[in-house]
Amino acid sequence: MIRKKECVAMLLAGGQGSRLYALTNDIAKPAVAFGAKYRIIDFPLSNCINSGIDTVGVLTQYEPLELNEYIGNGQPWDLDRVYGGVHILSPYQAKKKQSWFEGTANAIYQNLHFMKKYDPDYVLILSGDHIYKMNYAEMLRAHKATGADCTIAAIEVPMKEASRFGILNTNADGSIYGFEEKPKNPKSNLASMGIYIFTASKLFAYLEADDADPNSSKDFGKDVLPAMLAAGEKLFSYRFEGYWKDVGTISSLWESNMDLLGKNPAFDVSAPDWKIHSRNPLAPPEYVGDGAVLENSLVALGCEIEGTVVNSVLAASVVVEKGATVRDSVIMANTVIRSGATVEYSIIDENVTVEQGAQVGEPKASGGGIAVLGRGIVIGAGARVGGGSILDKDVKGV
Amino acid sequence: MALSTVGVIFSHINDANLPELSRHRTTASVPFGGRYRFIDFALSNMVNAGITTVGLVTKNNYQSLIDHLGSGKDWDLARKDGGIILLPPYSDETESLYSTRLEALMGITGFLNHRSEDYVVISDCDGIARFDIADIVRYHEEKQADITMVYHEESKKVNSSYYITLSPDETGRVRELKINPKTKGKFALYVNVMVMSREFLIDTISNAVTRGFSSFGRDILTKNVDTLRIFGYKFDGYYAAVTSLRDYFAHSMELLDKRVRDELFGARDIYTKVRDSAPSKYLEGAKVRDSLISDGCLIEGTVENSILFRGVRIGKGCVVKNSIVMQDSILGEGAKLDYVITDKNVVVRDGRVLSGCAELPYFIPKGRML
Repeated sequence: MIRKKECVAMLLAGGQGSRLYALTNDIAKPAVAFGAKYRIIDFPLSNCINSGIDTVGVLTQYEPLELNEYIGNGQPWDLDRVYGGVHILSPYQAKKKQSWFEGTANAIYQNLHFMKKYDPDYVLILSGDHIYKMNYAEMLRAHKATGADCTIAAIEVPMKEASRFGILNTNADGSIYGFEEKPKNPKSNLASMGIYIFTASKLFAYLEADDADPNSSKDFGKDVLPAMLAAGEKLFSYRFEGYWKDVGTISSLWESNMDLLGKNPAFDVSAPDWKIHSRNPLAPPEYVGDGAVLENSLVALGCEIEGTVVNSVLAASVVVEKGATVRDSVIMANTVIRSGATVEYSIIDENVTVEQGAQVGEPKASGGGIAVLGRGIVIGAGARVGGGSILDKDVKGV
Repeated sequence: MALSTVGVIFSHINDANLPELSRHRTTASVPFGGRYRFIDFALSNMVNAGITTVGLVTKNNYQSLIDHLGSGKDWDLARKDGGIILLPPYSDETESLYSTRLEALMGITGFLNHRSEDYVVISDCDGIARFDIADIVRYHEEKQADITMVYHEESKKVNSSYYITLSPDETGRVRELKINPKTKGKFALYVNVMVMSREFLIDTISNAVTRGFSSFGRDILTKNVDTLRIFGYKFDGYYAAVTSLRDYFAHSMELLDKRVRDELFGARDIYTKVRDSAPSKYLEGAKVRDSLISDGCLIEGTVENSILFRGVRIGKGCVVKNSIVMQDSILGEGAKLDYVITDKNVVVRDGRVLSGCAELPYFIPKGRML
């Protein structure tokens, strides 16, 4: 009987996503809706199953309820397994101590027992806040080929943005000689994607050492990886070329949604060779009414569209009434845009009602910011919400 | 509430009514409403009533049905006890396959004997409606009926090759029951959903075996209408009997009416197979009006008064009107379709012009390339 998994994935999904403001008031960032029918976490989970990795620990901490419910038993991703599958790993009370996850490395350390149960040769560390399609099996092949102790997926970013990332300094063969977390003066533009494959025995040893170090901030980028480099372990970069976007800010979340539009989109979720799995809404097909204008948009099931929708992404069961206009916007599930209302350059969360004649946001061309409406709020008839506003409370009508 | 009722669905019994659509599949797996199959309605009605075991009577051509149902998990029917139980024909070499409903029931006595539920609800698949099965069972108990037959008041001629009309009195008791009668004015059409106690059904079947009966309608219902307590349950909601291609077209188009959609999909969920299609994409130049569009479509042309199933592609300059386009069909650039039904995986080449009419929509069989 085989009681072993070659590779176990650990997905860090505890982040608050504070730069998404009202969108993460009561859900964790990986649970944020994306691309009409997905949530951010669908991407790493789909990547796992499409790469043949069927054992995934999802580490949650901040507002985990909705995320836990969404993942459920993992069935939508084919991760409901007799042995393995997806497991939610929350902070817990132990006999000797109780503690929240204190950093990325500490979160993984606190779940050593989970990983060890599967006796893995390799551990894949993922984060739940990126939109991308990646074959982790190829990265694992590279990890084995180089004989690395740790392989870090890396992507070239524009030099001027490099100081926002963990930057890898590499030799010609891809081996890493330096690692700098958000450097002021980056030496290269090769950014860490926060995706690591560790040889399991090395990971376990360094996590234990890191935990024993009172001066450590218990973070992979700041502590564990530099410690491994300093000790002369073999760290390699794995070059990724393709679409990869950190959707941790309002503008990057908006952009990434827009990247799905068009005949040849920057990012294609419909490619049959790499399906993005998700928990599907139970809704009838969308209805597009007489007089509706629907152009360059992505629309999920259950929508009822009688108005004008241009350059936008609409999630399940959104209603756009006659005479309403939605432009350059991302609208999440069950939101209603009443007749005569206008939504421009906005992100609107679930279950919001924009009453008749209300105006949300300002045309993108006017140069203002993205308006954001948090879940469940009501924008009263005729009210105006300016460009760049971020609201999580009702606005009275006028 | 756990309803002590087991479901039995006839997947194929009306295949003859829809020869075009059931050529490669059973009636149960005929696609309907953009992302559903007929059986999704019968199954969802049962699941929404709290039924957790459904026996599915099949005969032939049921590969597409098995593919659709999988383990039953999408209907919440992948269960340790019960769930969806396929009941293919049981026969040894000396016997031929059954041909009537009663003979089919004789073949599933083993299944019925092994269950423990008090009641059995038996349903066909060709009626699209939101039956409240829990309420029908309650009515059956309240009337202390032997058999409860659900009916819908109709006034139009029935196209089906086999149908039953009922004459219930003011208490609901059915005093007369006719098979394939000529109809005039309003009449009570049996909608092929009935409830019996499991025990009664088992006794009735074994009695029929010993007497050599072969027709449930003729030998059991009509002959015993005076002695059995047969009750009619009036169903007032939206009911679409799909008994011909013309019906299929007309009832599909009724889904463009919001009232019909709200009634069928509004109150409770209709479950169906999950395909993980991407959301539908409307491109620059797309013009869509009064249409139902399922997920995974890519639309660059004009779509009016039509229903698109999952994964359909509408090319640039293509104009689709009054049509039903099934899963994964591709309509090329500049193609024009009016009153057309394409089955799955049809390819219409660039510039082709195809048209039928409301009475006789032009049907393109599965996988055809034009």
